[in-house]
Amino acid sequence: MKKFSLLSTRAGAVFLAPAAALVGIFVIIPFFWVIFVSFTNQTLLGRTALEPDFVGLQNYVALFNPATFFTRGQFGFSLVLTIQFVLLSALVGQALLGLVLAWLSQAVSPSLKTFLQTTVIAAWILPEVVIGFAWFAFLDYDNGTLNMIMRSLGLPPGDWLLQQPFRVIVFFNTWRGAAFSMMLFNSAFQSIPPSYFQAADVAGASSWQKLRDIALPLIRGHIVTDLILITMWTFNVFTPFLLTNGGPSYRTEILSIYTYRIAFKDFEFGKGAAVGVVIMLINLVFALAYLRIARIKTAEAE
Amino acid sequence: MRKGIQSLLLGVSAAVALSGSAIATDLDITCRCVVGGVNSGTAEWIQKKVIPAFTEKMKAQGKDVTVKLTQFGGEDEQLTQQLALDFSTGAGPDISAFDGFLIPSFVQGGLLKPLEEIAGPDVASWDGWSHIADGTKALMSYQGKPYGIALGTDARMIFVRRDLFQKAGLDADSWQPKSWGELLDAARKIKAADPDSFPLQLNAGVSMGEATTMQGYWMALLGTGEQVTDENGKYIVASQGILDTLRLYKTIYVDDKLGDQRAQLLSDGRNRTFANFRDGKTAMLVEGDWFYRSVTAPGAEFAVADREKVMTWKKMPAAQPGKGLRGQDFVTISGGTGFVINPHTDAPKESWELLSFMNSQEQLTAFQEIQPAIRIRDDVAIPNSPFLTETAKTLLPITTARPNDASYNKVSTEIQRMTESVVSGEMSPEDAMAQYKAAIVAIVGEENTVSRL
Repeated sequence: MKKFSLLSTRAGAVFLAPAAALVGIFVIIPFFWVIFVSFTNQTLLGRTALEPDFVGLQNYVALFNPATFFTRGQFGFSLVLTIQFVLLSALVGQALLGLVLAWLSQAVSPSLKTFLQTTVIAAWILPEVVIGFAWFAFLDYDNGTLNMIMRSLGLPPGDWLLQQPFRVIVFFNTWRGAAFSMMLFNSAFQSIPPSYFQAADVAGASSWQKLRDIALPLIRGHIVTDLILITMWTFNVFTPFLLTNGGPSYRTEILSIYTYRIAFKDFEFGKGAAVGVVIMLINLVFALAYLRIARIKTAEAE
Repeated sequence: MRKGIQSLLLGVSAAVALSGSAIATDLDITCRCVVGGVNSGTAEWIQKKVIPAFTEKMKAQGKDVTVKLTQFGGEDEQLTQQLALDFSTGAGPDISAFDGFLIPSFVQGGLLKPLEEIAGPDVASWDGWSHIADGTKALMSYQGKPYGIALGTDARMIFVRRDLFQKAGLDADSWQPKSWGELLDAARKIKAADPDSFPLQLNAGVSMGEATTMQGYWMALLGTGEQVTDENGKYIVASQGILDTLRLYKTIYVDDKLGDQRAQLLSDGRNRTFANFRDGKTAMLVEGDWFYRSVTAPGAEFAVADREKVMTWKKMPAAQPGKGLRGQDFVTISGGTGFVINPHTDAPKESWELLSFMNSQEQLTAFQEIQPAIRIRDDVAIPNSPFLTETAKTLLPITTARPNDASYNKVSTEIQRMTESVVSGEMSPEDAMAQYKAAIVAIVGEENTVSRL
């Protein structure tokens, strides 16, 4: 790629300065501040609000204490729950469902395709709070739409949010996020020259064979990008809180909700900051993986 | 309050109209109250009585004051969360409703200041203090200094539906349980008569917040002769009393299904328990007198039809006669809520004037017309309400209070978690207590705890 510049280095720096200052104030300083707070026992209420002590690695040791690590309501439990949540709702749910939807929409009529895509994308672009309340109403035991349907079919109503809370948030997140994968795969499929598929048709290939042998190998890069992005987003998603508050009894307390509870309900800023730092490190791994793959793809393209 | 904007406006208006008359002052009040919803009486009182009268009074003194009421419809916990974050950043309303038990932890966190420090000598010279008993003053005080003024005190009891008792062949009027056994027997009979009902409700779980600790856990624990702390102020983390209390919960919600377990676990649980009582699904509900004064009052969301005929109340028994706190046969606990002044207020003098005005004889008397209660001032008559007179006479002599301690707030949250793990069937009482012990040791330090097992 040929290098060129519109501005001199100095003029560029001047134009960048305001943005850099804002990033510094709102991103870099808080970043180091959080790391600092995570080494103290700072709280919002009580004595340690005004006179926090430096406690070293104590917050981190407490998070990874093997005796309580997997206890419900502790860090390890939330971490394991989050990993399950990501595997089921992001990888199996969103990515696979998005892939299937995108593949199906290649074959259907244009009007059906528009309808399908509009429906799926609507789930993605509606505001989270609206979605949260709509699902809450949908799943309610006494007056929920789902139970109304169950009853009218002669099936026993379910107490979804209390008895199957984890399945509910997995299902919810799949529904909510499948649109992104669908759109990404859709455009990926469209970038494949139609002649490949036409040739396969002549050879009598089935839809599954076309997907396996032509489409998937050609969109490998898109798949990896998609998986990393949705893993990262799902790992940090907070919306399930609107449905379950993280309960009952911590059964849906994924890491984002756990952090919120520790820092802003229990007001344990020190411990909350420590959780935040650990989550930042995990996100850093995702981000590095993503950057690395992006670089490989750019190299391939050149 | 929007300090930034306000100070900007103040600056501009001062520059434009230096010679103008007095600058208008804006005051905000927040309470967990909504006209026609939760604490409707308080909202009505502030909006219809306090604000017009106060604005008028200030105008007579040549001051232009506007007062705005922010009606907060969420849960108690959410308001606490909001206030804690607001006060720590210099935001928030000038005056806010506040539960007295939170004062120690807020004060130690530097989020509240004594009234005198905020508003100066006007506070000490207020004539209202001479009409407020020291005990009631203490409800909103910490280490001898008042941080707010309580509206009054309360007590807890069992609210009973006569009609459901009758269906099970029981006479609610002559019935007064003398032990947990008798309480459970009645509940079992009602459950047998109507298997779809949830005859007995004793609050548990995290989502109910302090209502779990006060109306549920304390009411049972006191019946075992214990409190949350011992006589030296150390937190009791393992004892027969805790185990008995948790076993009572287990009997009610897990073993015999006498209570509505879902209501204790869902986020809008408390309202569900109110609705169950209103709809005749719950025959016995342990609640504070607020339940009578405000929740089931005619016109309220959970108003009980034909209330005076249908509803009555009973004392909460100890586990066994004579086994309650101080050897009592019956137990109850009191708290107090009132209003505090935001230490960051732009108008400390006016805020105090408003707070003291709200607690003047005239305004509290006006409140009685909207919602009768036992008020803090000895010169405000208790209205002709047999319920209030009777409960005050019976319950206040045997009552007790929560520890006035900055750690209590956090301990209370752990109590809610402990009861939730038992009620949801996740943990045995023994395991739940062990988890509680670990959590409390982490909060207050091992040296401030005591095990009795």
